Amino acid sequence: MAKRPPRLLAVASGGGHWVQLLRLRDAFEGFETVYVSMFENYAEAVPGARLYTIPDASRFDKLSFLKVGLKALRIMAKERPKAIVTTGSAPMLGFILLGRMMGARTLWVDSIANAERMSSSGRLARRLAHRTVSQWPEVAEAEGVQYWGSVL
Amino acid sequence: MIFASIGSMLPFDRFVRAVDEWARDNPSEEVFIQIGEGEYEPVHAPFARMLPISEYRRRLRECDLFVAHVGMGSILQGLEARAQMLLLPRDIALREHTTDHQIHTARRFQGRPGLRIVETTEALREEMTRLLREPMRVGGGDFSTKASPQLLDAVATFLKGGTPTPITKAG
Repeated sequence: MAKRPPRLLAVASGGGHWVQLLRLRDAFEGFETVYVSMFENYAEAVPGARLYTIPDASRFDKLSFLKVGLKALRIMAKERPKAIVTTGSAPMLGFILLGRMMGARTLWVDSIANAERMSSSGRLARRLAHRTVSQWPEVAEAEGVQYWGSVL
Repeated sequence: MIFASIGSMLPFDRFVRAVDEWARDNPSEEVFIQIGEGEYEPVHAPFARMLPISEYRRRLRECDLFVAHVGMGSILQGLEARAQMLLLPRDIALREHTTDHQIHTARRFQGRPGLRIVETTEALREEMTRLLREPMRVGGGDFSTKASPQLLDAVATFLKGGTPTPITKAG
């Protein structure tokens, strides 16, 4: 039997976060990529790949945070990814944290929308993820993270 | 055709109402609005809460003017479709977003060819009329659907266990 490619979990909230994640797709080559976002109809954009959805917890309350956490736990237990990449937002920190605990390599690419300072979730990611990068050189320098380029 | 969208995440009724009023005042123009989870439902233009991706892309390609909030999803997809764009940022003081980053995004993208950002709903309605009459030139060449090659390389290297070289001067 041929060796299976390592699994990558590519996760992003809806809207701009998701569009930015899709623009990174070429970097996922060599992995079996599994996606997580917030809308079922996004499956159309990633034909042939598995897509999980989690509830929108952008307006944080403890209950939705818990729901996202449980769903994330189930997805992680099932997929056991080798690496995790996210373009935000806050709810996706759960995957970074779980990934860290389960030995996956974790990357937070802060949204290009955060043009003057990093998001508060990006600042948390700075402490949780193996690597956090900003898409603006000035922001990267001020926040003490690296700049690798942008999705533009 | 004018395609207007508030994105997919949070309501933006001030925007939807302004576009709807413009549709009322310009009955000969076709207008379609994606209103998300907003409370205000347009009465002068057809609308959807959230379009399927393929229909969203089709409307974006076919429209004469794309009117949207200053969300990166809207901006990136507008650039990809080479649509002329008119954008109004959400105002955190009106609780239209959870942070003021749309103002920051607006500052960064203002002045890009084919893209205009306004600050009020009055200006939005005026510019809708103007941009249909005198469209902006959209930037030349094809706008890629991919991130910059440097970012793609770095992400690929990192995910495979390597250590990418940062672009920052300081490192």
